[in-house]
Amino acid sequence: MSSTVQPRGTTKIALTAHSWLVYLFFFAPIFVLIVFSFSDDRNVGRWGGFTLEWYQDFVEHSQLQGAVWVSVRVALLSTVISVVLGTLAALALERFKFKGRKVFDALLYLPIIIPDVTMAVMMLLFFAEFFEILDSVFGWDVQKGLGSIAISHIAFNISFVSVVVRARLAGMSEVLEEAALDLYASRWKTFRYVTFPQIVPGVAGGALLALTLSLDDVVITQFAAGPGATTLPVFVFGLIRRGVTPLINATSVLMLAASVFLVALSLAFQQFSGRGGRPSLRAARQAMSAKPNTNTQPKEGINQ
Amino acid sequence: MKQKRLFGLLGVLLAFALVAAACGDDDGDGGAIADCEVNETDGNLNIYNWAEYIDEEQLTSFSEQFGVSVTMDVYDSNEAMQPIVAAGNSGYDLIVPSDYMVAILIAGETVQPLNKDAIPNIANISGDFRNLIYDPAGDYSVPYQWGTTGIAVDTAALGADFPRSWGLIFDPAIADEHSGSISLLNDPRETIGAALKYLGYSLNSTDEGELQEATDLVASARGRLAAFNTDSADEFLTTGETVIAHGYSGDMFTQFLETDDPSRYEYFVPDEGGTRWIDNMAIPFDAGSPCTAHTFINWLLTAEQGAALSNWNYYSTPNAAAFGGLDEDLQDFLSTPGVAPVEILEEIQDTGDFEVKFSDAFIEAKG
Repeated sequence: MSSTVQPRGTTKIALTAHSWLVYLFFFAPIFVLIVFSFSDDRNVGRWGGFTLEWYQDFVEHSQLQGAVWVSVRVALLSTVISVVLGTLAALALERFKFKGRKVFDALLYLPIIIPDVTMAVMMLLFFAEFFEILDSVFGWDVQKGLGSIAISHIAFNISFVSVVVRARLAGMSEVLEEAALDLYASRWKTFRYVTFPQIVPGVAGGALLALTLSLDDVVITQFAAGPGATTLPVFVFGLIRRGVTPLINATSVLMLAASVFLVALSLAFQQFSGRGGRPSLRAARQAMSAKPNTNTQPKEGINQ
Repeated sequence: MKQKRLFGLLGVLLAFALVAAACGDDDGDGGAIADCEVNETDGNLNIYNWAEYIDEEQLTSFSEQFGVSVTMDVYDSNEAMQPIVAAGNSGYDLIVPSDYMVAILIAGETVQPLNKDAIPNIANISGDFRNLIYDPAGDYSVPYQWGTTGIAVDTAALGADFPRSWGLIFDPAIADEHSGSISLLNDPRETIGAALKYLGYSLNSTDEGELQEATDLVASARGRLAAFNTDSADEFLTTGETVIAHGYSGDMFTQFLETDDPSRYEYFVPDEGGTRWIDNMAIPFDAGSPCTAHTFINWLLTAEQGAALSNWNYYSTPNAAAFGGLDEDLQDFLSTPGVAPVEILEEIQDTGDFEVKFSDAFIEAKG
C-alpha cells in the first residue's frame, strides 16, 4: 500500500525527524511513568534506586486488589451484553427498513455525543428514582453497586459497539446474504455462516473498545457506583488526593500492560480471521451443505 | 393504530404514577432523629470516605467487635460525594464531608440530625471544636480529623530567624531573596485566602474591593513563584525545588518525616492567621443502618480508636482524650507553637454565589 513516490533528501530527513518527534511526544510520558514505577523513593520524579517494592505494594494492597476485581467483573459483564445488543442494533439499522429507524439511529449516537458528566448525572438520578420506585411499588430493596455500574457501562458501550459493527456491515455487500437466502438458508443459518464470519473483526474490535472504555471510565462509574463497588480508576483518583507515589505509577503500568495485551490480542485476532479471508463464498456453500436434513425443499426452487 | 396510542397513553400514565409514588416517599424520613441506643447496631455499615483516611484493620476490628460487616468506598472531592448522596439511594450510612460541605449538606437536608444520646463519647471532643460556624450546635456532624494551612520552610535556606508571616511570600522586601523558590497552592480559596489574611481581612470576605486587592497581591507575587501546586507542594520543598511552600499541615509533616533530617524543615501558621479545615462524620438522610453509624461514630471517639486513627493517617485529632495516645513525633509536631494556633485560625465557608468570584479572581491572579 506504500506510495509510489518516495521522499528524498531533506524532505525525507525532515519527515523522519517529524515522525520521531511525534513518537517521542507520545511515548516519553509513558517511558517516564514506567521508569519511576521502579524508583525506590516515595516522591515521583526523584530516582532512588531500583526496587520492585511498589509492585509488591500493589499486590498486597487489599483495597486496590478489590478495586481491580470490581473493574474486571464490570468490564466483562458490560462488554458481553453490549456486544450482543450493539451488534443486533447494527444489523437492524443496516439491514432492515422500519418505522422510526432514523430516530433510533440518532438516539443511538446520543451516548457518544453527550458529555460524560451529563450521562453521569442522568445515571445517578435514574438509579436513585428507579430503585425508589422498585422499593415503593414492589417492595424490592435494591442497592446501587456492581450491577448499576455494569448497566451504565452497557448504556454507552452499545453505541460504540454498534458504530464499529455498522462500519463493517456498510462495507459489506448484501449479495452473499441474498445468495444464501436464495439457496434456502434460513435467516439464522445465513447469519451464522455468512454474515457473522464477515463481521467478526468488527465485533471483536467493538468488544475490545467496549472493554477498554469500561475499564477506563471514571465519571459515570463514580456516579453509578454503590457500596462495595469501587473500580480501579475511581480508587486511583482517590489515592492521588494523598499525593502521587510510585504505587500509582506501578498501578498505571499494569493497567497499561493490560491494555496493550488487549490491543495485541485484537490485532492477532484480526490477522487470524483475515487469513481465512473472504470466507463468505465458502461459508455460503457450507451453510447449504451443513444442513442437508433440514432443508428438504423441492429441487426446482433452487433454479428460480 | 388506535390500540398503539392507547398503550402509549397507558405507559405515560404509569410512568407519572410511579414518579409521583417515588416523590411522595422522599419527604418521609428527613429531619427525624434516629431512635438508637448506645452501641446498638441495625445492619451492616457502608462508609463513604476519602482514600487512605482510615486503616482497613481498624474497620475490621469494629466489624469483629460489633458483629456487622463494614464496607468502605472512596471519593476524591466533596463535590463528587455531595450529589451522589443527595440524590438518595446512595446506600451509604456514614460520610466524611469537610467543614463548608457540612453546611451545604445541612441546608439541603442531605444529612440527618444525630441522636447525641447514642454518642456519649462526644464529650471527648476538644473544646476547640465546639460551636463551629458550619454546624454551631454539632447537631449534624462530629469532627473526624483536622489540620491547618500555612507555610513550610527549609531552614537550611532561611536560617532560624525569619518572620512568621505571609510576607515570606507576599512582601517583596523579604520574598525577593528567594524568588523562584516559592510555591503557592493551586486552589482559589486557599491562595486568595492567604492574600486576604496578609492584608488583614477575613478569608471569607465577600467584599469586591478586598478581593481585588488580594487578587493584585497574588498577581504581584507571581514572578517569584516556582509553581502554583497543591499535590506536590510538599515534595517540591523536600527535593529542594522550593524553600518556601504554602501547604497543608498534615502533608508537610508526613513529608518532613520522609527526609533524613526532619528538623531541617519547619511548618507554621503565619501570625496574620490561616485556614483550619475540619473533616466530619455525618449520616445521610436515607442511611439504611443509622444506628450502626451512630455506634461507629461513638466507637471512633474513644481515646483508643481516636489515637489509632491519627497514628495511621497522621492528621491531627479533634479527640482530646486521644491526644496522649498519639505517636510521640505527632504529639511533638502538634504541640509546636504556630502549628495549630486556634485563636487565629478561620474555616473556609461556602460563600454561595460569591464562590465564582473567588475562582475568577484566582484565574486573573494566575495570569
